[in-house]
Amino acid sequence: MVNVKYVKPYGDTLNDGMVQLAFTLPIPLSNAAKEAARQLTVSMGLEEVAVAHAEGISDTFSFFIVYGKCSHGVNLDEISIPEVALEVLSKKEIDDFIRTHLKRKLNVVGACIESDAHTVGIDAIMNIKGFNGHKGLESYHEINAVNMGAQVACEEVIHKVYEIQADAILISQVVTQKNIHITNLTRLVDMLEAEGLRDKVTLVVGGPRISHELAKELGYDAGFSSNTYAEHVASFLVQEVKRKTIWDNDKETS
Amino acid sequence: MKKLKLNQDVIDRGRKHAKQIVDQVHEHIDAHSTVAVERSVLRLLGIDGVDQAGVPLVNGIVEELHNAGVLGKGVMYWFVNGLIHTKLSSQQLAECIINKKIRLLDLPRVSDCEIEEAALQLATCSLEKIKDRRQEREAWIANLGKGQEPMLYVIVATGNVYEDAIQAKAAARQGADIIAVIRTTGQSLLDYVPYGPTTTGFGGTYATQANFQILRQALDEVGKEVNRYIYLTNYCSGLCMPEIAVMGALERLDVMLNDSMYGIIFRDINMKRTFVDQYFSRLINGYAGIIINTGEDNYLTTADAIESGHTVLASELINEQFAFRCNMASEQLGLGHAFEIDPQTPNGFMYELAQAQLVREVFPKSPIKYMPPTKYMTGNIFKGHVQDTLFNVCSIMTGQSLHLLGILTEAIHTPLIHDRFLSIESAKYVFNNLRGIADEIYFPEGGFIHQRAQEVLEKAVSLLEEINDVGLMRALTLGYFADISRTSEGGKGLQGVIVKEYSYLNPFIPLMLKGGNSNG
Repeated sequence: MVNVKYVKPYGDTLNDGMVQLAFTLPIPLSNAAKEAARQLTVSMGLEEVAVAHAEGISDTFSFFIVYGKCSHGVNLDEISIPEVALEVLSKKEIDDFIRTHLKRKLNVVGACIESDAHTVGIDAIMNIKGFNGHKGLESYHEINAVNMGAQVACEEVIHKVYEIQADAILISQVVTQKNIHITNLTRLVDMLEAEGLRDKVTLVVGGPRISHELAKELGYDAGFSSNTYAEHVASFLVQEVKRKTIWDNDKETS
Repeated sequence: MKKLKLNQDVIDRGRKHAKQIVDQVHEHIDAHSTVAVERSVLRLLGIDGVDQAGVPLVNGIVEELHNAGVLGKGVMYWFVNGLIHTKLSSQQLAECIINKKIRLLDLPRVSDCEIEEAALQLATCSLEKIKDRRQEREAWIANLGKGQEPMLYVIVATGNVYEDAIQAKAAARQGADIIAVIRTTGQSLLDYVPYGPTTTGFGGTYATQANFQILRQALDEVGKEVNRYIYLTNYCSGLCMPEIAVMGALERLDVMLNDSMYGIIFRDINMKRTFVDQYFSRLINGYAGIIINTGEDNYLTTADAIESGHTVLASELINEQFAFRCNMASEQLGLGHAFEIDPQTPNGFMYELAQAQLVREVFPKSPIKYMPPTKYMTGNIFKGHVQDTLFNVCSIMTGQSLHLLGILTEAIHTPLIHDRFLSIESAKYVFNNLRGIADEIYFPEGGFIHQRAQEVLEKAVSLLEEINDVGLMRALTLGYFADISRTSEGGKGLQGVIVKEYSYLNPFIPLMLKGGNSNG
């Protein structure tokens, strides 16, 4: 029986704690280097460490594949992961929902902002064809989806938000080297706040290194990571619509 | 090598349409210059350095003339007139202009004839340096040899040029034949080239002349050690495309990413700007004996690889014609494509084989650049390693030339040193084990691969016919490539396009056209 209060890695026997590691040390291969790799692995909390493979991968680097048994366990009961609270709807349900509740198209701007040049994520969510058989937002009848592409300055995003009276902004950030994504994402939030737009739009960020927790911390409404498809994002947007139809309200009051 | 029994008439028809498409665009190209072309001219004259604010001298000089509305004569006209009057060196004159000691427009003008003669002499002399670098490369290769095809092509991308040099050398020792230093994200949209050695970049390292030099030196060192000339690659793209070509030619780069349409489609750079910039950049690359790589592989990251396979071939034929207009040789055209079919597709590998063999046969003399899977790579690095292995097998079976190695951690981060090692090791294993396999393979007539190849070829030729009818600029607006639409007035950099006056002076163009195919 698995003890949920003390979960350990499984190799071929319960609680054997088996872990595989691969890493490089910036030293030439030698017996001392192998021993260094072993000791290092021991200090990571692994026991019965075996250096399965050691190879010099240049004059000045050595590569190791190491196995060891993890001496720690983790208590599942003490873990809580903030996730986007979401009832996932089908494409048709989403379109129907917008038609009946909003009575106009839902306007969505998407962009890969600032320095980031990788459109894979935003395209997977927005392009008609979508990804992996999940059609993108452009294919939804009741969504007016504008994909601005890559390397879009925050200023341009904001300009577009005004132009199409966006209900939601979808931001993709793929490159995270040296935390550049934090800088970019923060910049956009700051600018939206300065413009008084932050409360008028649903702000969503996605990317392979993005978590919902990080998104909330940065002032976004939701964060999506890998294995997210257009219907997940769209379901979140429509559920937010109930709370926010600010552009229309503006029209009524002005 | 001809295994697909392609109808040569169909291929010829495709080439004819591609040529007409390019001829139409050349009416625009021949009538215009750009600020980047003019800055390149100054760089060719040897002007280097930045002002106190970090702005390159060439930007300062060109901008002043552009603002005055006189660049239609060509920067060469004004600058050479300045040289004749001041008797200074190019660099000295450039510094005086930036320090506001001299204003080119205020100087009295000598006769056009005198300027033209001096300009021609200067240009001829400047190109000697590039010719020297080209001959230097040829001597290195004659002496050390180079990697065997498919050449193992890897990327380093640490952000720090000194770290790049360490990783590049390590990769060469592991067996890499070509090293590309990927550029920092965002550089393609800078309208100037950063200066000096750099140690901070994101997802890559700034392309600067100093960085080129540091990498070149590192690869020459390791080349001697491994007894193989190691090719250096960078990215001749974005708003400074032709300037980077100059830098690469001067620092003996061997391969340049240099596509005629990539910037338009994927970086939203204005098409009127890019078409002119790519022309001048390819003149330089051609003259310098550099192999260019085109970017058709990127189409398949946004469009579906099976549905859009023909757009890759059509674009390759267009890229080829643009290069021919610069007198580049087929042997310099690393036309690009990629292994990007959804791994869930039944017979996906056979579609890949058909496409790879097709590209090989349509461009028999060109060093085809083959890109690894990226779109369907995931965090499952073990599966990724297998996907890359299939890619390696496809490459050796179809005789690809420049083989950009797939890395098992493609979907996670820029390669760690042992990611690259594992990748090189497995490609070497596959290539060595299957070295002669291509000679043993025939594809049955009427079989899947034959049929698929014919179908892609025919669709590509129909697409070219259609583009020829509407014109390339309009086709880009209609989203013919990668499902992305761009307008002729939209995008970045249009304000840097200049209408040439009748007397426009740029002796580099005729000189490089003369030498592109045959010098060296």
